Amino acid sequence: MLGQEHSIEVNNLTKYYGPVMAIHEVSFNVEKGEIVGFLGPNGAGKSTTMRILCGLITAKSGSAKICGIPIASNPDEIKRRIGYMAENNPLPEDMRVVEYLYYRGRLKEIPRKRLKDRVEETLELCDLNRTARRKVIANLSKGYRQRVGIADAILSEPEVIIMDEPTIGLDPHQVLMIRDLIKNLRGKMTVIISSHILSEVELCCDRVIIINQGHIVACGTSESLRNEFINNTTYTLNLKGKTEALDSLLREIDPDLVISSSPSDINEDYYDLELTTPHTHNLSEKILTRLYEHPQFRVRELRRKVPNLENIFLAATRRSWDEDIPLSINKVDSGKKNNQETGVVE
Amino acid sequence: MNHFTCLLKHELRALFIAPSTYVTGVIFLLLMGFIYILILADFTLQPHDNLPTEYFFQLYWIPVFFIVPLLTMKSIAEERRMGTLETLMTTPVTATEIIFSKFLAAYLFYCLLWMLTLGFPLLVNLTVGSSAMTVRLLDPATLLGGYIFVAISGLLFISVGIFSSSLTRSQLVAGMLCFSILFIIILGVPAVKTQSIGWFEWLEGALEYFNNFKHLEDFSRGVIDTRHIVFYFSYTTLVLGISVLITESKV
Repeated sequence: MLGQEHSIEVNNLTKYYGPVMAIHEVSFNVEKGEIVGFLGPNGAGKSTTMRILCGLITAKSGSAKICGIPIASNPDEIKRRIGYMAENNPLPEDMRVVEYLYYRGRLKEIPRKRLKDRVEETLELCDLNRTARRKVIANLSKGYRQRVGIADAILSEPEVIIMDEPTIGLDPHQVLMIRDLIKNLRGKMTVIISSHILSEVELCCDRVIIINQGHIVACGTSESLRNEFINNTTYTLNLKGKTEALDSLLREIDPDLVISSSPSDINEDYYDLELTTPHTHNLSEKILTRLYEHPQFRVRELRRKVPNLENIFLAATRRSWDEDIPLSINKVDSGKKNNQETGVVE
Repeated sequence: MNHFTCLLKHELRALFIAPSTYVTGVIFLLLMGFIYILILADFTLQPHDNLPTEYFFQLYWIPVFFIVPLLTMKSIAEERRMGTLETLMTTPVTATEIIFSKFLAAYLFYCLLWMLTLGFPLLVNLTVGSSAMTVRLLDPATLLGGYIFVAISGLLFISVGIFSSSLTRSQLVAGMLCFSILFIIILGVPAVKTQSIGWFEWLEGALEYFNNFKHLEDFSRGVIDTRHIVFYFSYTTLVLGISVLITESKV
């Protein structure tokens, strides 16, 4: 491998389940030490991509490499370099937490001398040491079970950690704890997380990949995606005064700034108004200064709405639906561009 | 090899802490004890040419029909249903190691259960011990031949159980499938052979080779024929090999 080696490298990965397309020409890279969120609606192809990355299933075409090693030709080598936490976090019900981690440690080829220390470290890191250590997994609460799953994924200190919905069904305290845990891994291990909790991904991931109907529809940092998908800025204004006079005043501030909603409650003195502009630069100060110069308007509140990941997600997935991506193999020109590179899958 | 030992230990531990294992063991020993008593009772009523142990081993198929499905139906099907097979396959463990560890654990337990039946003639001999009785109850050739047959045929039966379990995620389906295949192997082959008329005749030689009762006959006489050993070993390898392929492709 020459030059910069990506931790995860996926090129034109395609997978069909019978005639149904799961993913189609999916390509992305993840750098070393990066935490990447993998988002998409149900059935978008997230789990399929993750299962291919783990070497559990093979793709129809395309190539996928982990640490520069092609997955299809070296599945055994890949399994030594990844930690995987499956969807729904399956665990054997009849084992104790500490027994399970020792068992997994042995299977993951952690040297015998190091195993005890590593299990203790992981138990401590996942806060399993005090209450859950000797408990039978079947008797654990959902939050503790998730921690055991995460502990298993990070146990052998793999270079790449793949987690399929690690925060599903957790209470806010546990989500916070798992978020901190994932943040602690930044820089040391490459982490790829799929999740439905978008605020969660926004808080702990460096970068976001959004997949829909088997295609990557967006990839980048929250900020870059915001600029790409959200083309306008919305301000919420709570004020007293006549709306008719306000219109011309706003045009003076920015010719494209318009009132996008009718007053919330005209019977009240103060009412809410939404203003929209296609420009992204902040106009809050200008608006406030202009309104202050006109005493017929009394402003009580001005908010600039920053679009969150949820807005970006909805915009990105909606755009891909609008483009009407074909779902069936019959509609897809199956012969096109199956770039067969080194380490081609199947 | 390290993985295999680790998996085998895990499987044995899982077997020995599961209540179902002990229930299976008790049912097996009760049934076999009952069969042994019936055989002895029959021996007290009328004279027989053969030894009681020979009759005992001729009924080996009765426990096989329920013990083997009970022991094996959970192995892969349950792991697949729970999703733990998937997490197991993301470690550097191969499907061959998984299948063989599960097979060996179930097989060792199967052999252990059969070994416990050695207690029946020993107990009878201890209670009503006379030198004439000892010779008939504890005839070494019959006992050794019988147990070797059970151990060697057990390889194939347990592998059929593991194979059935690898096909589905439902334990019930795995159990029923295992029972059906065992029924065909053990009772179906002799049934076809006895019914063979006309176009079945050309199959007679092959069916004879598949007939478990014929194998048992040789073993109980103390004849250890390598043909039978090759038969059981080769079919076990074939069935387990198919199970490995199924497990690899159906994670």
